[in-house]
Amino acid sequence: MMDTFVMRHLPALLIAVPLFAAFLMPIVGNAGRVARNAWVLLGALATSAVGLALAWKVLATGTVLYVFGAAAAHLPLPMDSGGIPIRIVFQVDALSALMVVIASLSSLGITIYSLAAESRQSGLETFYAMLFLLVAGVLGMVSTGDLFNFFVFLEISSLAGAALVAYRVDNGVAVEAGLKYALLSTLGALAVLTAIGILVGQYDALNLATLASRLQFTTLDKIALVLLAVPLAMKCGAVPMHFWTPDAYTTAPSSVTAFLVVSSQASLYGLFRILFTLYGHLLQFSWATFGWFLIVVGVLSMFVGVTMAIPQKDVKRLMAYHAVSQTGYMLLGVGVGLAVLGNADALATYGRTAMAGGLFHIINHAMYKGLLFLTAGAVFYRAGTRNLNKLGGLGHDMPWTMVFFMIGALAIAGVPPFNGFASKLLIYESVFRFSPFLSIVAMIVSILTLASFVKVFHSMFLGPRRAEFAAVREVPAPMLAGMALLAVFVVAAGLAPRPFVDHLIQPAVDALVDRAGYIAAILGGS
Amino acid sequence: MNLFQTLQTGAGAWNPLLWLVALAVALGVALAIRSRGRKDFREGAGRKPFISGNEEPANGGGHVPASNLYWGFLESLKSYYVRVVPLHTGVPTDYVAWLLGVMALMLVVALTV
Repeated sequence: MMDTFVMRHLPALLIAVPLFAAFLMPIVGNAGRVARNAWVLLGALATSAVGLALAWKVLATGTVLYVFGAAAAHLPLPMDSGGIPIRIVFQVDALSALMVVIASLSSLGITIYSLAAESRQSGLETFYAMLFLLVAGVLGMVSTGDLFNFFVFLEISSLAGAALVAYRVDNGVAVEAGLKYALLSTLGALAVLTAIGILVGQYDALNLATLASRLQFTTLDKIALVLLAVPLAMKCGAVPMHFWTPDAYTTAPSSVTAFLVVSSQASLYGLFRILFTLYGHLLQFSWATFGWFLIVVGVLSMFVGVTMAIPQKDVKRLMAYHAVSQTGYMLLGVGVGLAVLGNADALATYGRTAMAGGLFHIINHAMYKGLLFLTAGAVFYRAGTRNLNKLGGLGHDMPWTMVFFMIGALAIAGVPPFNGFASKLLIYESVFRFSPFLSIVAMIVSILTLASFVKVFHSMFLGPRRAEFAAVREVPAPMLAGMALLAVFVVAAGLAPRPFVDHLIQPAVDALVDRAGYIAAILGGS
Repeated sequence: MNLFQTLQTGAGAWNPLLWLVALAVALGVALAIRSRGRKDFREGAGRKPFISGNEEPANGGGHVPASNLYWGFLESLKSYYVRVVPLHTGVPTDYVAWLLGVMALMLVVALTV
């Protein structure tokens, strides 16, 4: 019966497992290094297993509801509630499942990597406690069907993320970056909370589906929309609110940076959820307006991100700007889908494909960008510098790291047959039918991305051995294993993109477009 | 389930397996051409690489630092960079100002549509 019990309570376990791992970390950490590492590995494996099992269940059987504290966890409307889902409800549909898969795979890879990468650091109990809190926050953000609960998880991920950014102190540089991240996250969360207050004041509900069914698109609703959408766009690193991204991504430990990418994508998920599910058809007179908001911000992010990356000398700062740039592709793809949401022909002809490209790029980006940050961390671990002007010749002594870097670099540049090409191809071809100019910009950005990573590859790995790196050797096995996990996905999703698109991405697109289905899952079609 | 099904993009199609086959064929052709090259060539047999008439640098001296790469690209986009780079001030209050500015702009847009 254990498997039945576990399968029934997967949404609760999705949060409970990483929280349990986090809260017990300071106690287990006192038992020594081996016990701590075993606990970390166990927590990461259990969290990923629960996440993947939940995603499999959703994709096999449809949306999974979980009502916390109810006698029947799948019934959101108590008999005496007057048709209002008064308890916290987790509503995990195919879009949430996609995000859960991303967080599960990524968190497992980076945790295994961090066991060796952070082994020289002190305060690891706190580090791993914060890392598990960050994972719990992200998983909660993408699973909850309650707007206030979303805010709570947003705060958990922001605070844990800020603490992890500042973890290495680094003569105050990391602390400053953590402070900036915390400041902007807090301001953004304040705006989100204000928006939630506006909506609750009008509609007496916190449940997303209930709010979606009651929204009237009043002036206050429009203000709430902006207060929700703009901070979430900022949190995902969209230009011109991206300035915190290079600061935070550069100074955080590489394993953390890899998961901050996923954390940013959880905010992207929130943005899409607000625009499609909460407001959805209410934007029918301004679909193009809000679609173009995503498109303009996306194109700006792509271009400014890549052009700012090219002159960088710090490899992680360069990669951070590329993260901004790649987020632009996701915004562009989904933005085109939103812009044509009111035009059934355009939506069927290319809108859904554009959205599929945007959503496919989210998971692809999480994997190859995570991989690239881990390779940068591996180089820093051995060479002790991130300065591209000082690096060189490391390919002789770090061949596996170099191979993993090449896989990530070719994927981010959209070179076939890696996964980045598959999602970018969907975006190029569908966006071209919406606006050839936007598609051409996207292609030019890919060329510049390739140029930028050729520079990084040359600067870090090529050239003769250098005397100052005579002692450099390949990184420890756990770091290679973490990178290998992400690299396998990058190659697999590139060589066989169709199963991913058919079984993971298209259901997510359907879930994003099907606002009525999301509401009906809670309110039974009312 | 066929793992290597063709991915349809609406306007086109993509099959990585076919691409790999094409790549293998191209590599085969390249190797065939290479095999027809001079057999009497021996690497390092008294020949020096031609670097615009300059002497070959000593071991390690030939590595071009990252800052020297794409100089032309950066120079040609100088007018763009002198405007965009200074926006990245690193000052938290500037970051906040951009957030509030975009929020204000979108409020105006949302309230007028």
